[in-house]
This record gives sequence, C-alpha cells and structure tokens, in this order.
Amino acid sequence: MSYTDAFFYFFAALTVGSALVVTFSRSVIYAAFALLFTFLGVAGLYVLLQADFLAVAQIMVYVGGILILLLFGVMLTTRVTNAEITTGTVQGLPATVVVGILLGTLILLVSRATWNVQESLPDVTGTTTEIGERLLTTFLLPFEIAGILLLVAIMGAAMIARSTDKTKEAA
Amino acid sequence: MDVLDIAIALIKIVVMFVVVLLTVAELVYTERKISAWIQNRVGPNRVGWLGLLQPYADVVKLLLKEDIVPAAANRFIHTLAPVISIGVAFSTLAVIPIAGPTITLFGRTVHMVIADVNVGILYVLALTSMGVYGLTLSGWASNNKYSLLGGLRSAAQMISYELSMGLSLIGVIMITGSLQLTDIVHHQHGWMWNLVLQPVGFITFLVASFAETNRAPFDLPEAEPELVGGYHTEYSSFKFALFFLAEYANMITSSAVITTLYLGGWQVPYLETFGLSDGWMVLVQILAFMLKVAFLLFFFQWVRWSVPRFRYDQLMNLGWKVMLPLAIANIVLTGALLLFL
Amino acid sequence: MIPISHYLILSAVMFTIGCAGVLTRRNAIIIFMCIELMLNSVNLTFVAFSAYLGDSAGQIIVFFVMAVAAAEAAVGLAIVLALFRNKKSVDINDVNILKW
Repeated sequence: MSYTDAFFYFFAALTVGSALVVTFSRSVIYAAFALLFTFLGVAGLYVLLQADFLAVAQIMVYVGGILILLLFGVMLTTRVTNAEITTGTVQGLPATVVVGILLGTLILLVSRATWNVQESLPDVTGTTTEIGERLLTTFLLPFEIAGILLLVAIMGAAMIARSTDKTKEAA
Repeated sequence: MDVLDIAIALIKIVVMFVVVLLTVAELVYTERKISAWIQNRVGPNRVGWLGLLQPYADVVKLLLKEDIVPAAANRFIHTLAPVISIGVAFSTLAVIPIAGPTITLFGRTVHMVIADVNVGILYVLALTSMGVYGLTLSGWASNNKYSLLGGLRSAAQMISYELSMGLSLIGVIMITGSLQLTDIVHHQHGWMWNLVLQPVGFITFLVASFAETNRAPFDLPEAEPELVGGYHTEYSSFKFALFFLAEYANMITSSAVITTLYLGGWQVPYLETFGLSDGWMVLVQILAFMLKVAFLLFFFQWVRWSVPRFRYDQLMNLGWKVMLPLAIANIVLTGALLLFL
Repeated sequence: MIPISHYLILSAVMFTIGCAGVLTRRNAIIIFMCIELMLNSVNLTFVAFSAYLGDSAGQIIVFFVMAVAAAEAAVGLAIVLALFRNKKSVDINDVNILKW
C-alpha cells in the first residue's frame, strides 16, 4: 500500500467518522464542529483526486462560508447562558429501514458494475486553467445563471431575515 | 521523496516557527515603545537593556498564572479555540516565498518557500477564512455574553471584509495570470510592483487586512469599553498567551502576504546588475523581504495608536458600501486596461 | 492505486448518513448540515469520475453544486432565523401553522 493509499483511508475514515458525529451527536455545536472535519476530509480527498483548485474552493465555500453561516444560526437561535444545545432523534425504526435499503442498493450497484474508467490517474499539474476556460466557453450559460441565482439568494435572504417589526429587533 | 527531503522541509518549518516567535516577542516590545512615543511616554525600560527583555518577562508572568476555565464553559472547545487561531496564523506562512534563487544544500536544490502550492492565493484566502473559527468558537465556548458578542462581531466583520479582500486580489491575479505566489513575485520584476499597477486594489486589500487581523481601528471584537475583553474575556494564562501570540502572528502573516502580493515580495530593483552569486542574492532578498514586512508591521502599529476605533455600523458601512464597490470597480478597470492596452 | 469503487462506496456511505440525519433529526439546523453532507457526497462522486475519466466537466458541475449550496445555506438560515423569531424554536415539528 503506497502512502497515497494510506491517505485515502485516513481521509475516508475522517469523513465518515465526523459525518456520523454530525448526524447522531446530541449537541448542535458538536455537530457543526464535526461537519468542519467532514468538509476538510472531503477537501483532502479532492487533493488525492488531483482536483487542487476544487479542494481549496471546497474549504473557502463550505468551511469559510456555509459552515460559518450555520454556526451563526446555532448561536443566534439559542440562549447565551445555555452552553449545551441538545436535540434528540425521532422515527428511528422507519429511518433505519429506508436508509438500510438505500445503502444496500447503492453498494450492490457500485460493486457489481464494471466501471469503464482509466487504469491510472492521468498526471495533471493544476486544473485551474482548464476549469476557467471551460467555465467561460462550454459552460458559460450555467455559469451566468449560477451568478444570478446567488444574487437572487442574497437579496431573498436579506429580505426574509430582516425584522419587519422595528420595535422588537431580533437577536 | 526520501528522508533528506523531509528533513529539509522540517528544518524550514522549524526556522519559520522560531523566526515568527522571536518576531512576535519583539513586536510586543515595539508596540509598547511606539505607543509610548506617540503618547509622549517612556515605555518599558527596566527589564534588560532598554527594556528589550520585557516581552520575555511578560511571557513568564503569563505562563505562571492560573489557568481558569469557567464552570459553565464547554471545556473541549474552550481549549481548542486558541489552538485553531494559532494554527491558522502559522500555516498561512507556508506558501510565502522569501527569496528567488534556489540554494544547494546537501546536494539538493532548496527552494526558499516551504510549500509552493499552485493555488497559493486561494490557499491563503481559505486559511484566512478558517481563522474566524478560533474567535467565534472561543466566544461561544466561554458561555459569557461579552465573549459571545465579541465572537459574533468578529465573525461578521471577517466575513464582510473577506469579500473585499478576495475581490481586490482578483486584480493581481488578472495581471499575473497565475495563482501561484512565486509566479506573482516573479511578475513584479524591477519596479513593476503591484503597488504601482494596482493602487486601488492595494488600498482595499490593506484595509481589509486590518479588519481581518482585528487590529485597530477595526478591533471591534475586543472593544474594551463595551465588551470587556471581547472573545478572550474568559481566557487566562497559557490560552490567553496563545490568543495574544495569534494576534501578532496574524499581523506578521498578513504583512508577509501584502508584501508578496503588492510590494514585490523579495524583489530588489537592479539587484541582478551587481552580479552577485546565488548565495548572496538569497541573503539580500531575504533581508529585503524582512525589511518590507518590518515596515508594514510598523505601519500596523502606527495606525493602531493614531486612529480611533470605528463604531460597528461605520465598520459595516465601510466594508459593504465603500470597500466592496471599490474592489469591484478595480476589477472592471483592470479588465478594461488589460483588454485595450 | 485506489479503485474508483472505493470512492463511490465512500460517497454512498456519506449520502446515507446524511439521509439518515434528515429523516431522524428534528432540529432545522442539523437537517441543514445533513443536506450539506449529502451534497458533499455527490460532489465527491463527480470529482472521482472526473479524475478517473480524465474529463474536467465533473469538476465544473461541482462548482455549480457549491453555488447552489451557498445560496441554499443563505436562504435557509434566513428562514430559520425568521422561524426562530416567530416561534422561539428551531424544531421543525413546531412549524405546523400551514397544516390543516
């Protein structure tokens, strides 16, 4: 086993382990914290898959943006003096059945299929140029639409989050 | 990659750590001296010659104090938060090149950078955005309303200014055509520093760096009159020392980043006309790099003791209504100039 | 050399963990986190195929997924805050005023 293989199993274990904490931890803040490690683990896997630009983008967008927003959500929706924010689970049995069937099907499919892929990873040095070129040529329309989507989302979020009643300014 | 390569990388890391730690110690000293001069005082002058040993005395004092964790605090995160702060501050320095030519050591060519990542700029931005966690989590874990407010403020402030920081960088990336920091420095050959090519971007980036490092005039997260100590109200002893260290290490990091991106990094104009050997070139360039960083550090401290703190709404207005449009206008202008010139 | 099926199984496991979270948790913020988990697992599949097929289109799709995830997080958080303001709770069982 070469050391890149060892890195794969390390990142895979990190990702799955912290994903389990996210889902089953009773404390919201620990879940958010575990999610940080999931994102970092996925970024590590991207590096192993030679997607360097995406790995950094993953950290910037998910860790630097989305997770901070979620932490804000946790902090603004709980009382300051309440250190442990806990929440339980419901519907254990039906969820287990559904999830078990889903996982079984996926693993069965993946392991039985023969994937028509290359034998070894092509040696890429930097994906940035290619991604940039394709984003502004082949994928120009989706790129522009994504931009409009983000603009609309910002305006919508600001509108929803704004307190309509000036007298009881929330948080 | 064998043992020798790993050893060289480790040596670089250790040297970087030692240099930054020593610089932090002396930064504390210069900060107190500069503030003293600005306020017409004497400043520390008792411990050692001219008070030069004062920071070490301070460190010893801090380490001998009792480490208190509030009863209702979340112990794990309370301990982890300063570690995140300090780790982020140090790891950014890994991609900063400090000299151009390579030197030969034990039969290996050694590059004057710890890790020459080909998405270096994005790496810097990604780590900067991770710095928010240290402050936010420390504020939350202390279970104290002043800490929490400090933490939330720092998060809001850093997110707002990260935006103009990233956007002002785009001008540099457009000019260079690369995300690699060594390429960016090589591109600023002679006097063609990005400071000259990107004056607006430089100003927005500088202001954003002040906000990112939580230094005055943007030190809202720890505004003493209203928030006691801000996010580190509940920290004492070694953990407080770590936050203190992180603040100064962050200053060094952002000075190094500004130097690399806008002040030509290790470039010394007309140096190649002297016909020096590679070893001397490396030495002169490291010295030049450190001088530029030292000037920026002095500038940070100068501003801190000369400008009053912003109010929170002024800070947000400046970030969203002045810095952001300026940075975007800079991108448009740079694009137009690149297209038509 | 890791075969591609390892990446696919890893992302299947991540997806099901996220799915389990969405089904069993009742805290709106945790449900968000689990949705992010599912999105991440799909991204991982895209990147794995992109690398093993030598085609960067998969990585570009991941960018769009990231953009959508960012938009979703912003709007979602705004909704959670509005909800908290009105109900003083982020439990989705309390969001039942549209129920007939």
